[in-house]
Amino acid sequence: MRYVGQPIDRLDGVAKTTGAARFSAEYPYPNLAYAALVHATIARGRITRIDTGTARKTPGVLAVITHGNAPEMKPAPKPNQFDMSTLAAATSVNYLNTDEVYWNGQPVAVVVAETLDVAREAAYLIEVEYAEYPAAVDFAAEEGNARPQKSTMLSEADGRKGDAEAALADAPFALDLRYTTAQVNHNAIEPHSTTAYWDGDHLILHEGSQNVAWVRDHLAIRFDLPKQNVRVISPFVGGAFGGKSFVWPGTVLTALAAKVTGRPVRMMLTREGVFRTVGGRTPSIQRVAIGAQLDGSMTALIHTSVCQVGRTGGWSEQVTSVSRHLYDAANIQVQQNLVGMDLLANTIMRAPGESIGSFALEATVDELAYELGLDPIELRARNEPARNPLDGKAFSHRLLMECFEEGAKEFGWAGRPQEPGSMRDGRWLIGMGVAAAYHPAWRFPANLTVRLSDDGTVLIRCGLHEMGMGSATAVSQIAADALCVPMAAVTVAYGDTALPDTTTAGASSQTASVTASLLAACAKLDRAVFTLARKTPGSPLRGLRRADVTARDGGLYNGSRGESYHDILRRAGRASVEARVGADTRLGEIADQVRSMSKFLLDRRRWVKAACGAQFCEVLVDSDTGETRISRWLGVFDVGRVVNAKTAASQLRGGIVMGIGLALTEETLVDPRNGRIVNASLSEYHVPVHADIPVIDVRYLDDPDPTMPLGVVGIGEVGVTGVAGAVANAVFHATGKRIRDLPITLDKLL
Amino acid sequence: MKDFAYVSAPDVATAVRAITEPGAKFLGGGTNLVDLMRQNVERPDTVVDITRLPLDRVEELPDGRIRIGAMMRNSALAAHRLIRTRYPMLAQALLAGASGQLRNMATVGGNVLQRTRCPYFVDLAARCNKREPGSGCDAIGGFNRNAAIFGASESCVATHPSDMCVALAALDATIELESVRGVRRLPLVGFHALPGDAPQHETAIAADELITAIELPDLPVAARSRYRKVRDRASYAFALVSVAAALEVRDGVVTEARLALGGVASRPWRAHAAERALMGAPATEESFRRAADAELAGAVAQSQNAFKIELARRAVTATLRQLHLPGGAA
Repeated sequence: MRYVGQPIDRLDGVAKTTGAARFSAEYPYPNLAYAALVHATIARGRITRIDTGTARKTPGVLAVITHGNAPEMKPAPKPNQFDMSTLAAATSVNYLNTDEVYWNGQPVAVVVAETLDVAREAAYLIEVEYAEYPAAVDFAAEEGNARPQKSTMLSEADGRKGDAEAALADAPFALDLRYTTAQVNHNAIEPHSTTAYWDGDHLILHEGSQNVAWVRDHLAIRFDLPKQNVRVISPFVGGAFGGKSFVWPGTVLTALAAKVTGRPVRMMLTREGVFRTVGGRTPSIQRVAIGAQLDGSMTALIHTSVCQVGRTGGWSEQVTSVSRHLYDAANIQVQQNLVGMDLLANTIMRAPGESIGSFALEATVDELAYELGLDPIELRARNEPARNPLDGKAFSHRLLMECFEEGAKEFGWAGRPQEPGSMRDGRWLIGMGVAAAYHPAWRFPANLTVRLSDDGTVLIRCGLHEMGMGSATAVSQIAADALCVPMAAVTVAYGDTALPDTTTAGASSQTASVTASLLAACAKLDRAVFTLARKTPGSPLRGLRRADVTARDGGLYNGSRGESYHDILRRAGRASVEARVGADTRLGEIADQVRSMSKFLLDRRRWVKAACGAQFCEVLVDSDTGETRISRWLGVFDVGRVVNAKTAASQLRGGIVMGIGLALTEETLVDPRNGRIVNASLSEYHVPVHADIPVIDVRYLDDPDPTMPLGVVGIGEVGVTGVAGAVANAVFHATGKRIRDLPITLDKLL
Repeated sequence: MKDFAYVSAPDVATAVRAITEPGAKFLGGGTNLVDLMRQNVERPDTVVDITRLPLDRVEELPDGRIRIGAMMRNSALAAHRLIRTRYPMLAQALLAGASGQLRNMATVGGNVLQRTRCPYFVDLAARCNKREPGSGCDAIGGFNRNAAIFGASESCVATHPSDMCVALAALDATIELESVRGVRRLPLVGFHALPGDAPQHETAIAADELITAIELPDLPVAARSRYRKVRDRASYAFALVSVAAALEVRDGVVTEARLALGGVASRPWRAHAAERALMGAPATEESFRRAADAELAGAVAQSQNAFKIELARRAVTATLRQLHLPGGAA
């Protein structure tokens, strides 16, 4: 392979760094109007009066839309596992079609005006009065109301092997600990933005999205349109991290505002608007209990969690998933619980579940190691399973201990004294911590076409998403290698529902999903071109079998006999040859979906697949003030085959940065009195700044997973897992203090 | 944002005349005012741009005092040789504030007058006596992790967010104010008000006055000084606690001490009690801690910020210790 594995610059790099890349709030339309939201200021209740008089009279205002005058929209469909697009609704609220308020921040009016400033000023002038209902908004206080989470096809909420409670009670050594993690929010650099216009009964949207097909399908339902009447265009997405997977109110209301005004309408949420209308990661309360023999072998592992969901929707995180896979405990019990809250629906955020679940599990394992006087890596080695611990399924591929070994060597782990508080540099206490990273590998059906033209170029048409991770670049590399053409000959059209529906950019699945279809399409194309060549009179390939022919240098050859794709197509009088994966009829689509779902379930019964890794960190803790700074980081990952060495390392590194935020600084403050987010800004919500992040050394083993297309395992999320655990463990090593509550702010260390 | 008239003043006389219009506000670097206008906390009718005023220089006066023009940008002041060498705590405080971009815009006068970062002050849905007198205070019993531990009242627990002012308080700076009525000078210590039952009154400036200059006394002890800011991330966060300190020690005994705290009150908190405790005391860790204790005896915590009392104690002790160490002023 010429391109796969190489550190190739991203294809959109120049466009992004020069500003030529156009994001969804940057599409100019003549006659463009601007929309602004008015947010509810109560948690639960009903609007009793809404005074829009002054707003309407403001010069430049085109429309003020409230529940009193909004056109009727269809409600969001009931979620149904068999029709994935029904999962697209972020909440079940029919915005502006109801006088009820379900969360503090819910949009209760939209102003459309000639300019953004006028729209926002008029939004300020709207007065709303409410009748308030009692509301459950204090997560800590609602813990007792949690109920067991239901398992679905995609996510198992409980599991049991043996009798873990009994084994825990009998264990010579046992820990039973409680952890809490704060709500956090994605804070992509591009706030959620939509530009929408109607062309008759066709709706066109520019929208930063991780799933354009979901946006299209959902809006088709809400506006009662055939789905081919909705087009969603999303070539550039300024970061998403899960926050642009579902359809949030701003998107629906921009389409509504465009409908009401008959104008193209742009709505770019303020940062506050993103906090108030796009959900974040749930807070959690977790219990991890481990029973062990004195040699460290685990006899019991219990991991339970309580998370929140909004009463109008919310993602159920797989918090305990890591405990199904990481340690070979003789008895295991995992159980996830949910409590319904009168808050904005929470949503998926980079490694939902594993990010915070790995914190609790890996901190407990570290604590066990210290209590037993074992090196934390040695303890993990003694509990490394040969098969999936919970159910005995085979691992498709797992080099977790190899990651620890390489990391320990590179990081200088062996030289550290295990005694907490034993390393110091002036006023700084130094600590080193380690934790396992783990994220399941997913693959979903993906449709696409590959077209070879008579000029030798290749066009791949697929509705994939590029949120900054280099998807299109990776796809070009794979296609160029599969067809043996130069990368420069390959173009990828993506981020548009006018293209075949590909797959979601979520669950770290996009590259693997697209690769499977891409390789299949390239093989089909190869056969079609070869068949064409051997049938064409005068072709040097006439009469040869495919096995006699190799693809190289942009053509098909048998030794020196053969010709370029360009010549093959010219000779045959064909402008292009196209191969397709995925049906383009509704019936075909359903058949495809059933086929791929059964294949998927069969595969899941047989294998446990995942990316994994070892996170090593060194922290400095100020002995006076408790300020914690990360001084060194090394992540060694087993992520199957790496398609692009540069973008892969960046993505893993970005995950680690996000994990450091989760560990040390990030916390969405929800006022327990009224459910209102108090720090809805980037000055008060603390994402790590450059000065918080040291050089991050990222390595990977680059060993293909034999059960995945091209050996590719997703890399988008594994980087964030294990990070908070490693930080907490390093903080303990530095200070002797176990902090079991994220984020680890300095007040907890005083 | 509400429509407003814009006036750019070429000189101080024009500026102070323009501000007498009702609803007029001065605009310096805009790093605070423009944000507040976007959030509708400030809704001026007229904005008087004062960035063209010829008040952007540092001068050494014949008597050794330093006069800083109020339109000087924070980054320029921090980089000035006289400030770096004679008042290092002030240069360090400036550089501890905000971000590089913001410091390039923010003016010295604007820094003095910046508003609190209490989250309830900027959320129009919240009750705030400072923004809307008489409405109540949601920070009391709410998120008050970074609220005041000195001088708070039942109507307001907000802090003043400036780093620069903490150093200015320790240095006994003077503020020069000008209006159509004339010029007056006020000490910076005491310029910012405690909330009492009228937290909307934040400083001693009159509505028609312009800050034209800050003056620093000739203060040899300041050459050995330090600003220490403790915060939730390495940069771009407001102080949980900060300390501006200068120390002179002769034969192991403290002969002069200047100490002020930031992030703890609605004003930069000059630590007079700690200074008194230090004077004549041996320069030891024990004395430093006793001095901190003397100051913090008067501290009162809200529901979430008791840790700031202990943090302030440790930050004061550590800063004095570091100042006293050989080379510790660096």
